[in-house]
Amino acid sequence: MKKEIICTVCPRGCHILVDGDEKSVFSVDGYGCKRGFEYASAEYLSPVRILTTTVKIFGIDSDLLPVRSAKPLPKNKLSECMDIIKNTEVKLPVKRYDTIISDICGTGIDIVATKDIG
Amino acid sequence: MYNIKCDVAIIGGGPAGLAAAISAKEEGAQKVLIIERDNALGGILQQCIHPGFGLTRFNEELTGPEYYSRFVDKAKELGVDVLLNSMVLEIDSENKELSCVNSEYGLTKIDAGSIVLAMGCRERTRANIVIPGTRPAGIYTAGSAQRLINRQNIMVGKKVVILGSGDIGMIMARRMSLEGAEVVMVVELMDYLAGLTRNRVQCLDDFGIPLKLAHTITKIEGDERVTGVYIAPVDENKKPIKEKEEFVECDTVLFSVGLIPENEITNKAGICMNRTTNGPVVNQYMQTSKPSVFACGNVVHVNDLVDNVSKESEQAGKYAARYAMGKLPETKKEIPCTIGRNVRYVCPHKIAVSEENEKTTLFFRVLAPEDNVKLVARCGSEIIAHKKELRANPGEMCSLLVDTSKIVGDEIIIEALKED
Ligand SMILES: Cc1cc2nc3c(=O)[nH]c(=O)nc-3n(C[C@H](O)[C@H](O)[C@H](O)COP(=O)(O)OP(=O)(O)OC[C@H]3O[C@@H](n4cnc5c(N)ncnc54)[C@H](O)[C@@H]3O)c2cc1C
Ligand code: SF4
Repeated sequence: MKKEIICTVCPRGCHILVDGDEKSVFSVDGYGCKRGFEYASAEYLSPVRILTTTVKIFGIDSDLLPVRSAKPLPKNKLSECMDIIKNTEVKLPVKRYDTIISDICGTGIDIVATKDIG
Repeated sequence: MYNIKCDVAIIGGGPAGLAAAISAKEEGAQKVLIIERDNALGGILQQCIHPGFGLTRFNEELTGPEYYSRFVDKAKELGVDVLLNSMVLEIDSENKELSCVNSEYGLTKIDAGSIVLAMGCRERTRANIVIPGTRPAGIYTAGSAQRLINRQNIMVGKKVVILGSGDIGMIMARRMSLEGAEVVMVVELMDYLAGLTRNRVQCLDDFGIPLKLAHTITKIEGDERVTGVYIAPVDENKKPIKEKEEFVECDTVLFSVGLIPENEITNKAGICMNRTTNGPVVNQYMQTSKPSVFACGNVVHVNDLVDNVSKESEQAGKYAARYAMGKLPETKKEIPCTIGRNVRYVCPHKIAVSEENEKTTLFFRVLAPEDNVKLVARCGSEIIAHKKELRANPGEMCSLLVDTSKIVGDEIIIEALKED
């Protein structure tokens, strides 16, 4: 299946055309440099994103705890992860990098606090 | 009246103020004071919970709170003093005095050896760009929506149209999608993206949000709450083509139409301003036309990357400290940095030439996007710095490192040349 990927490694933003299937890349066209070739191949096979959002604080309505995935998560898991995070509440105090949800959706990746509160 | 004395007084505790404070301390200033009107340090980054900070500086992708926390920790460690909940009203550059209102002490006077302006910027609003229609609820600037959602737990709407493809608008498109809202489209007046490509891919394309380039909102509909907007493509003069106007249903409109440096205090102090950046004119020490006053961060020019803000602010802090200690090199001559081909502005606007030489970074933006460019700083025909770029975008700051000992003549010209 052919897919167009916009390279985000440098401002040039090459439109790279990748052809392949679920397991391997057959061809990569239109990249301006080697870094783009690598980015496009990885993005084609397993796109990942850092997820950032907020978590409710138990007993407090006017403030929120900002959180992130400690590492990038598979893109297709983002909305499943959001459903879990939306139904989570934390108790204060929280320190930066405390684990809020461990191994979210079986990805092996933790959701951690990005700020101290309380 | 309550009175405080310090060596370097810094107005604003965002990334700019924090970096300036740290470097002022490191340069040897005894008492460094940050005056911040909010109840916490961090500035706008407190609401920027998304990643994308620190890639150049720390080689890591951090969120806003992680980025500023590193600076807050460092400032604490070095013993920087902080006055929160304090709004600076006025500065007197001759007497090096500031007046502010503090929630505990009331009206407070601060005597300083030098002053650093680090007040950041505010958003352009609908009033600044004039769109006809009613004034129903459901209209926000992207940044105020960001604050409401990320810091105050208030969701602003369910079906959203965003005007402007700046980074804040795109980041809010993703944020609202993740929170379950439908982002109908992002409308951009120019025929190119205003923000970073990375944000287009990760904030719009990832969520299937259409980007309408060379379009604008012509009218907002709704009585109590927004019910929709009219959008139309624009011609080459940016005038809407009325025949092609169409109605788009939505309950919320976000404006992401740019930022304006926050310069009421600067203007009142009679500091010389630049018309393009709407910020003070500065030299490479980040010193304004009033020698005791320095400036850095978004108050000088709107930055897209906080990493650049930190770098520039370290200069301001360092030289403000040296000024306060009477150690700033004496300026023999001032050389203006003039804009050449396809350059919109340069910061610093001039170079102070003294007995001391240093390497200084010139930050600048191009006027129009272009592929394969050569960025050049030259004095007459003498090229003093150059760099090749595969692409230069107005939305992404360019820079050149210049060795001040190489400066000859009485002008530096900065240009982006087309390479074949
Ligand atoms: C919504 C948004 C999203 C962004 N996303 C990114 C990104 O993804 N990656 C990236 O690298 N950069 C990003 N940026 C840019 C980066 O955040 C800014 O460049 C940076 O915050 C500028 O720092 P600053 O200290 O100049 O201003 P600010 O952070 O605005 O801080 C200014 C401070 O001064 C205080 N202040 C103002 N006036 C007074 C007064 N009179 N008295 C006392 N205090 C005062 C304010 O309260 C504030 O705390 C974003 C910016 C915005 C607005
Ligand atoms: S492929 Fe290379 S040149 Fe093209 S955008 Fe990616 S990094 Fe830049």
